[in-house]
Amino acid sequence: MSKKFSIMILFVCVVMTLLSVPVLAEDEVFQVAMVMPSKINDYSFSQSMYEALKVLQSEVGEENFEIVYSEDMFNVADAREAIRDYADMGFDLVIAHGSQYGTSIQEIAPDYPETAFAWGNGTDFFGLDNVSVYQARAEQGGYVFGQIAAAVSENGKLGVCGPVESGDAKTYIDGFKNGAAEAGAEVSVTYTSSFSDVSLMSAAAETHMDEGAMVLTGTSQSIPGAVSVVKERDGVWLGVQWDTIPLAPENVLVSLVYDWTPILNEIITKMTEGIYGGAAYDLTFENGGLQILWNTENLEIDQELIDMADDLAQKIVDGEIEPLPAG
Amino acid sequence: MNNLFSAATIFGIIGMAIRLAMPYLYAGLGELFNQTAGCFNLGVEGIMMMGAFSAFYVVYQTGNLFLGIAAAAVIGLFMGLIMSLISVTFKAAQGISGIGLTMFGVGLSSLLFKTLLQGTVQSVAGFAPLKIPVLGDIPFIGETFFQNNLMVYLAYCLIPVCSVVLYKTTLGLKIRSVGQNPQAADTLGVSVIKIRYLCVCIGGVLAGIAGATFSIANINMFQEKMTNGTGYIAVALVYFSGWKPKGVLFGALLFSFVNALQLRMQVLGINIPSDVAMMLPYILTIITLVFVQGRDAPAALSVPYERSEN
Repeated sequence: MSKKFSIMILFVCVVMTLLSVPVLAEDEVFQVAMVMPSKINDYSFSQSMYEALKVLQSEVGEENFEIVYSEDMFNVADAREAIRDYADMGFDLVIAHGSQYGTSIQEIAPDYPETAFAWGNGTDFFGLDNVSVYQARAEQGGYVFGQIAAAVSENGKLGVCGPVESGDAKTYIDGFKNGAAEAGAEVSVTYTSSFSDVSLMSAAAETHMDEGAMVLTGTSQSIPGAVSVVKERDGVWLGVQWDTIPLAPENVLVSLVYDWTPILNEIITKMTEGIYGGAAYDLTFENGGLQILWNTENLEIDQELIDMADDLAQKIVDGEIEPLPAG
Repeated sequence: MNNLFSAATIFGIIGMAIRLAMPYLYAGLGELFNQTAGCFNLGVEGIMMMGAFSAFYVVYQTGNLFLGIAAAAVIGLFMGLIMSLISVTFKAAQGISGIGLTMFGVGLSSLLFKTLLQGTVQSVAGFAPLKIPVLGDIPFIGETFFQNNLMVYLAYCLIPVCSVVLYKTTLGLKIRSVGQNPQAADTLGVSVIKIRYLCVCIGGVLAGIAGATFSIANINMFQEKMTNGTGYIAVALVYFSGWKPKGVLFGALLFSFVNALQLRMQVLGINIPSDVAMMLPYILTIITLVFVQGRDAPAALSVPYERSEN
């Protein structure tokens, strides 16, 4: 009986050991979950983060870096459930990629101390040591793009198609207005109060162009509506958040691309050191997170313009230029 | 900046209102047929999304705009048939089944977008502005009224057509009688079921075309959920209209005008908070609805018809 029992114990141990091999291997996979308000291909905010994750994945291999995501989480209640589910499932890093998810993070993060949370466009990590916040210093890019727009505009009239007067959309626009004003251009701004209303965004662009602005810019996933008008009327578009050149290769002069890889790298590196949060990160020209992508493939762009933009970006890095007006 | 009261700005606002009203007219007139016959279709939004996708996809593949419109109309007809089957034959609660149809249409259009177009925003050459000779050359007026695309002109032509059909023909009389008193209409030999099927299908076709105007006659691209609630506004416009085609026209133009006006005010730097500006069209619509509520509403609206066998 005792011998049989010992064999059984041995058998169970062998099976458990064999079963634990893939489990251990699985544990080595770094698992990231992302909750976002729009799509991974929105030419905008969500795509910028998804592409950064894909870059990291390509660096370490798919087998070592798992990405899962939930799109279209405009509804905060749905997003909250998704965030909690991902934390429940044991994901290493849960990215809540939108300012609207703050209260959800504040509520959920304390329940999962072994999970790192990152809150996009966040303002506060609530004193929690497993929450990081990150945001784009969009005003830096806005300032440079305001100067670029003023330089290419023939009549000095510029139009901005904004979604909601908050977050990085607002800081980008404020920086843009400041840069354009310092270059002597006149800027008109519209807000549609929606991140997704392509039709109204299209009408906004049409209104700007009716009033004489042939150089336009704007943010949010509804900008394809505005770009379609710019394309139809042969204007110039300056994209923000992601590469918008594919939307209108003959009309998009330049895009301000958000590259989140430096920030993600920092967050993940700290996680390996056992630090799961308690920090705020800014996407800037200095850390390479804000990148100016010129459409040189399809358009002939004056090198002086490119040099001017680089020079302005450098001056911002050096602290010689303040992108937002004082006060 | 130009003054808000300059001729160029005023005509610019009117011109934009005329164009923005286009999808509301198609969808609103379609819903007018539905409701006049006693059917309440909240599925307009979903049909519009399917219309927008099918028109875009056909034009993307063939380059033929009229085939795109035809595809949207056929899809609209098909979804109208589904709605008829659910609400007329099976007598399901119309509000709930309409919401179901909307969810189905929005979801399926997203799925098709992902599978057939890999979820990538593409653009097509849509309907170009059609300048009407002589009239199109009149300063300001020509550009505002006579340099629009074909689908805009057709939308406005539909108003008198619908008025004639609903108020000057035997069919129109049957439709109205089915909406007001289906039992009496049935007693007089009018097939309530057939009339309701017909009207819901007409509504479906027009809603499909309304969706197509987004993707091939205005923005000329497809994006998920691009109709952004227009279908629901079209349903509200029918109440606003007092169930009259000219009321739909007035409501659509008023809503679009205020939308165009608030955008122009923002561009001109007139200092009102953007959120308040965005609310203006909706506030105005709600206020007007308060005054027109219940006026000439079809008595049997949203009531499934049950033939009495006694």
